[in-house]
Amino acid sequence: MRERRSKSFYLLAAFFAAYVLFLYGPMIAIFILSFQGPEGGLTFPMNGVSLHWFRKLFSGNGIVDLGAAFLRSLRLGLVVMLITVVFSVAAGMAFRKGFSGASLLFYSAIASLIVPSIITSLGIALSFRLLDDAIHQHGVAWGLGDIARQWQTGMGLFTSGLGAHLTWTLPFGLLIMFAIFNRFDHRLEEAARDLGATPWQSFRHVVLPIILPSVVGIGLFGFTLSWDELARSSQAIGPVNTLPLELQGLTTTVTTPDIYALGTITSAVSFFVIFACLFAIKALQKRQARHGSDAGQGMM
Amino acid sequence: MQQVASSRAALVAWLQAGPMMLVFALFFLLPLVLVIIVSLWDYNEYQMIPALSGRGYTDTFEGCLANLPELCTIFKTYLKTLKLCFLVWALTLLIGFTIAYFLAFHIRSTTWQILLSLLCTIPFWTSNVIRMIAWIPLLGRGGLVNSGLLHAGVIDKPIEWLLFSEFAVVLALVHLFTFFMVVPIFNSMIRIDKRLIEAAYDAGATGWQTLWNVIIPLAKPGIVIGSIFVITIVMGDFITIGVMGGQQIAAAGKIIEVRLNALQFPAAAANAVILLAITFLIIAMLSKLVDLRKEL
Repeated sequence: MRERRSKSFYLLAAFFAAYVLFLYGPMIAIFILSFQGPEGGLTFPMNGVSLHWFRKLFSGNGIVDLGAAFLRSLRLGLVVMLITVVFSVAAGMAFRKGFSGASLLFYSAIASLIVPSIITSLGIALSFRLLDDAIHQHGVAWGLGDIARQWQTGMGLFTSGLGAHLTWTLPFGLLIMFAIFNRFDHRLEEAARDLGATPWQSFRHVVLPIILPSVVGIGLFGFTLSWDELARSSQAIGPVNTLPLELQGLTTTVTTPDIYALGTITSAVSFFVIFACLFAIKALQKRQARHGSDAGQGMM
Repeated sequence: MQQVASSRAALVAWLQAGPMMLVFALFFLLPLVLVIIVSLWDYNEYQMIPALSGRGYTDTFEGCLANLPELCTIFKTYLKTLKLCFLVWALTLLIGFTIAYFLAFHIRSTTWQILLSLLCTIPFWTSNVIRMIAWIPLLGRGGLVNSGLLHAGVIDKPIEWLLFSEFAVVLALVHLFTFFMVVPIFNSMIRIDKRLIEAAYDAGATGWQTLWNVIIPLAKPGIVIGSIFVITIVMGDFITIGVMGGQQIAAAGKIIEVRLNALQFPAAAANAVILLAITFLIIAMLSKLVDLRKEL
């Protein structure tokens, strides 16, 4: 049955291969260069092979307080992931039932996705600035007492920073939920209801197991988008920096390969999460395939 | 009974959608409204003053009338931004369309389709800054390209404009954001009924005719959505332009950042409103071409 490949196939395949090389080539170059010897510079050739630049990062007297920024980004990423998954699945369920305000939420999500990040970031920074000013000026009069007197700023990793990241991850989560439910067979839910399942039971035992692989996908987007987020964080993160912000700050000042070492470590975390999620998705799909067709077997 | 049940269902739906709505209300809609309000406030060197003033806007357009017919800074900056935007849009569209076409029409097994799509998606899940830094060993003065060309005898001193230049900015933006074209265009193409293409061939259309008269019109929604993504990203970008332009290139997003760093909130807000208006205009024109809601 296999027909012969046309000439255009080979041309396009070559184009695709070139594109993949374009995507990965530069990244691979810095992974290799991060193992430069102690005398090595920012470009090829390699001047020996060593872990020197990684050691320098972890020794503490390196370019940034890597450990602290790393943990901050990790904690924030995990919280963003969790909230993105829960809020997206919940909102996705609401969209299936329909509710007044559905259009408003939909358009807010789309707008949040495409309004330039710098504007969202500025807006969040501005909101917190106004809040700070209000507390400084009127806090005591409002009866906030010592809280107002000691108030520095409401901005922080888990206030303005978390909000900024969610405006970026939640639209992706919602769009993935739309994609899931576009293909979802609603008769399965009706069957569950006809068999007497409560709404929660039908969600827990029918809907969730079916959509679980895609829900892992939402988590993947939630974590990775937060872990690498830069534009929205830039103005809204507050007094401390996340890892990507530290990294961006270094691009203008650093002239040694420790920046590559930091890049390699950051990417390693990304790749670990990506492959863990992909394996989880694959495993869940396999499990579904195994258990999927037991319809009627209980009756035998 | 029916009414009680349905009002209960409505309440549940509200509770489910509520948390996400709240996040957008607090961290997106309210901030946007505040940006618009504050853009109309007065300010001095160290604080904003809540009094109606057009200073944010007049400062932005300073010298525009006086220096005519010479273009003032803000117009020059926007022209430069639009130029970058057009270049990146054209390149991402060309590359993205070709990649999506290959994946949708030339890869026949679903497994391979998923694997190759993943290959294109994985970089999107990794850090943008790292993908920018990654060009340094290739394009820098002593980078692979320069040393390669030197060795080959094509040039006798390193090319300076490879890194920290407009060229580098466009290259990095295409590198980072072609993904946003590939996904929606692929999504549109995969829904095209293959029999339509066979019918076109049977009716005697050449490959190019089929592409132009059948595939491109049917992939239009994807092209429009991808274009909206890429254009809005590039219009507001200040990070890629900053890092890859060596902090030397002015752009629409960069002005906002500079004003913010100077703590001139009303001026930053005024620039944000201008940028928002222009972006909105572009989106409005593009979305005339296709019903966005139907496509998702």
